[in-house]
Amino acid sequence: MFRFPRWKIVSIIAMSLLAILIVVPSFLTKETREGIAKSLPSWVPFHAVVLGLDLQGGAHILLEVDAADVTRTQVEALRDDVRRILREERIRITGGIGGSGRTVQVRIPEAADRLKALVRLRQQAQPGGVNALGIATPPTFESRESPDGLVQLTLTDSAILDRVRRAVDQTIEVIRRRVDALGTTEPNIQRQGADRVLVQVPGLQDTNRLKELLGTTARLEFRLVADPGYNQGDVDMLNEYDPEGKVTSTYPVEKRVMVQGEDLTDAQPGFDQRSGEPVVNFRFNLRGGQRFGEVTSANVGKPFAIILDGKVISAPRILGPITGGSGQISGRFTVQQANDLSVLLRAGALPAKLTIVEERTVGPGLGQDSIDAGKLATYVASVLVLLYMLTTYGVFGMFANLALFIHIVMVFAGLVLLQATLTLPGIAGIVLTIGMAVDSNVLIYERIREESRLGRSVISALDAGFNRAFATIVDAQSTTFVVAVILYFLGSGPVRGFAVSLGLGIVTTIVTAVTMTRLMIALWYRWSKPTSIPI
Amino acid sequence: MFRFRLAPDNMHFGFMRLRRVSYPLSALLSILSVVAFLTLGLNYGIDFAGGTLMELRAKSGHADLATLRSLGDKLQLGEVEVQAFGGDQDVTFRIRLQPGGDVAQQEAVQKVRAVVGEDYEFRRVEVVGPRISGELVQSGTLGVVLSIIAVLTYLWFRYEWQLAIAAVIATMHDLLLTMGFFAITRLEFNITSIAAILTIVGLSLNETVVVLDRIREMLRKYKRMPMPEIIDTSVNAVLSRTIMTSTTTLMALASLVLFGGHVIQSFALAMMFGMIIGAYSSIFICSPILIYLGAPNQGDAAKGEKVSGP
Repeated sequence: MFRFPRWKIVSIIAMSLLAILIVVPSFLTKETREGIAKSLPSWVPFHAVVLGLDLQGGAHILLEVDAADVTRTQVEALRDDVRRILREERIRITGGIGGSGRTVQVRIPEAADRLKALVRLRQQAQPGGVNALGIATPPTFESRESPDGLVQLTLTDSAILDRVRRAVDQTIEVIRRRVDALGTTEPNIQRQGADRVLVQVPGLQDTNRLKELLGTTARLEFRLVADPGYNQGDVDMLNEYDPEGKVTSTYPVEKRVMVQGEDLTDAQPGFDQRSGEPVVNFRFNLRGGQRFGEVTSANVGKPFAIILDGKVISAPRILGPITGGSGQISGRFTVQQANDLSVLLRAGALPAKLTIVEERTVGPGLGQDSIDAGKLATYVASVLVLLYMLTTYGVFGMFANLALFIHIVMVFAGLVLLQATLTLPGIAGIVLTIGMAVDSNVLIYERIREESRLGRSVISALDAGFNRAFATIVDAQSTTFVVAVILYFLGSGPVRGFAVSLGLGIVTTIVTAVTMTRLMIALWYRWSKPTSIPI
Repeated sequence: MFRFRLAPDNMHFGFMRLRRVSYPLSALLSILSVVAFLTLGLNYGIDFAGGTLMELRAKSGHADLATLRSLGDKLQLGEVEVQAFGGDQDVTFRIRLQPGGDVAQQEAVQKVRAVVGEDYEFRRVEVVGPRISGELVQSGTLGVVLSIIAVLTYLWFRYEWQLAIAAVIATMHDLLLTMGFFAITRLEFNITSIAAILTIVGLSLNETVVVLDRIREMLRKYKRMPMPEIIDTSVNAVLSRTIMTSTTTLMALASLVLFGGHVIQSFALAMMFGMIIGAYSSIFICSPILIYLGAPNQGDAAKGEKVSGP
């Protein structure tokens, strides 16, 4: 054990120094750190330990995309397609076009009509046709006809899954734009499982505003208010609300949508020039502007409704053709509301309703308290363990303590390099490994003492101590390591942080407690030529 | 130079005789744990039971516990749990899972915010909907089951069957008592408690492995020595190490319990309990079992032999 080649000594020392260097940025203030980081090449890992939301404060919100809502929209779209095709082919049906669950059904009495319709519909079902490899894309729906003329179209599982997946992608984009508008730093937005989105916003104080921004679908529609004597089947009865949430009036609104939110190119909060109340100014894209111009020209004098998520915001009368491609929404807004609505309109509508399924918010005050408490616990634990090792093993205890110090530095360096998140349970994990790190040293030292009591020479006792204890150290630590791995894969957030520190701690323990202590003792032996073991 | 020692050198204490005390004691504690677990059950936190946990701090003066408690009735939220901790301005406010799915949980939070938002700062808000809590129960259970399987596999490869069974019984003993600890102390049982339990399994196995390795070494060295003596010698040999390590780990955990803040207090407390039980069971439960199971024969003993380095 005492033939340490020079390169090995150098690399062990270099590794420790490197670990210390990697940890240094975490102790600098943010400004200094970023200042230095700018002057370094980008591959230099000059950044601080990433703190979990439980330490730096912030909001963790898990949202679920309403798959039923996505399917409903999909069935609606299919029904519109069917209606269009039947109209184009001039096919006569009995009754209406029904849609429920994931099925659209229509009754076509004439067999020839049915055939014609089905040919068109089947083309529709395979929008991708046959791809380059000659494989037909999976159909989005399956059709079934019964002899009495009933045609049923049912969405396939894969089509629904695909649509939900795309809805989640779209949702992530929309949420990103909305959260960016909050002006917070580095929000983390990511997919979780099939239909969930995780939003993490560090340092956020007002979660209410975030939740409101996330909870609004923001589907904006411009629809005409129906003329008196309308047909019940062609209109939706929609309510207008006052700020307290009471219904102020109800409008019969045509089902047909003139223009919708996706035709907006911009929306900005502003003030009405005459009344001075907060409003949202918007601009249509070319298609939206043309369409809006046409409809307003044809319906001068009639009211139209501006509808957000099924609620009428206002129903102004068309005073003249609006052809400029821009407009204004007013609706007794507060400044904040006008602001948020323009953010929502700019970011676009969510493809489906979102539900908050989990929320964990930690205020910055509690986060700081947790950091302080974690630090204190780490210091107290370190001092206790250092003193205990020193009084028990003397100079060997000092070696173990030095190794322990490097161990803690290495765990932090590992966290920095992996860009892993340090959470409060993660700090607990580190404190725990402080207790466990000396375990390896204790195993070795006790073994050395034992071997020396059996009458071995100093050198052979040291040698036997290290060698015999090593197998046990690996065994003992590997059990805890397995647990850390399992926890990593099962846990999320704080628990995962615990698993990472625990696992890292076990790996560095073996490096520091075994290799480093061995080096220190070897050097000490060369230098002092002891005649007895000082433990 | 002065050396601090908790266990004297060359100690020879008849640990195996103590099994006549430790076995009935452990049997009693195990039965107590099972009874506590079945009658009292665990005090599930919001991770597993769902619901809302808020940590409030009074903006000025004391937190008014009575008023906060009456909110449950006033806002029709069902039973609420209000607990003071730390200074007299801090409370935790817990609402049970509301009927009506994920949306109802958020509505409940809104109601509380509207009423107490003026006087209290929201230091922490955790809302776990019914489906997430269900999933956490699943992954928590899966975690415990997987670790048990991992442990069993590890022991299967590492040791002869007698030693492996002894280790399994000791680990199960520790698991059982820890569950009892949770049931009796009414510590909140959350996903971090699962982390604590799994860590306890790791730590307890760590202790067991150290003792078993030594027993196996002794078995190879002294083939004629009777089993109880082998075990006693082994336990005495590793005793100072066990005491050392337990002490350092306990020091670390105790500083977490005392200074680590209320958020992880129960986490650290559970691990501390597990650590003590793990050390105890490695000596008083695991080792004596070998007296009953007998020594693995020589052929078996060679199976796990490790080659020592130069």
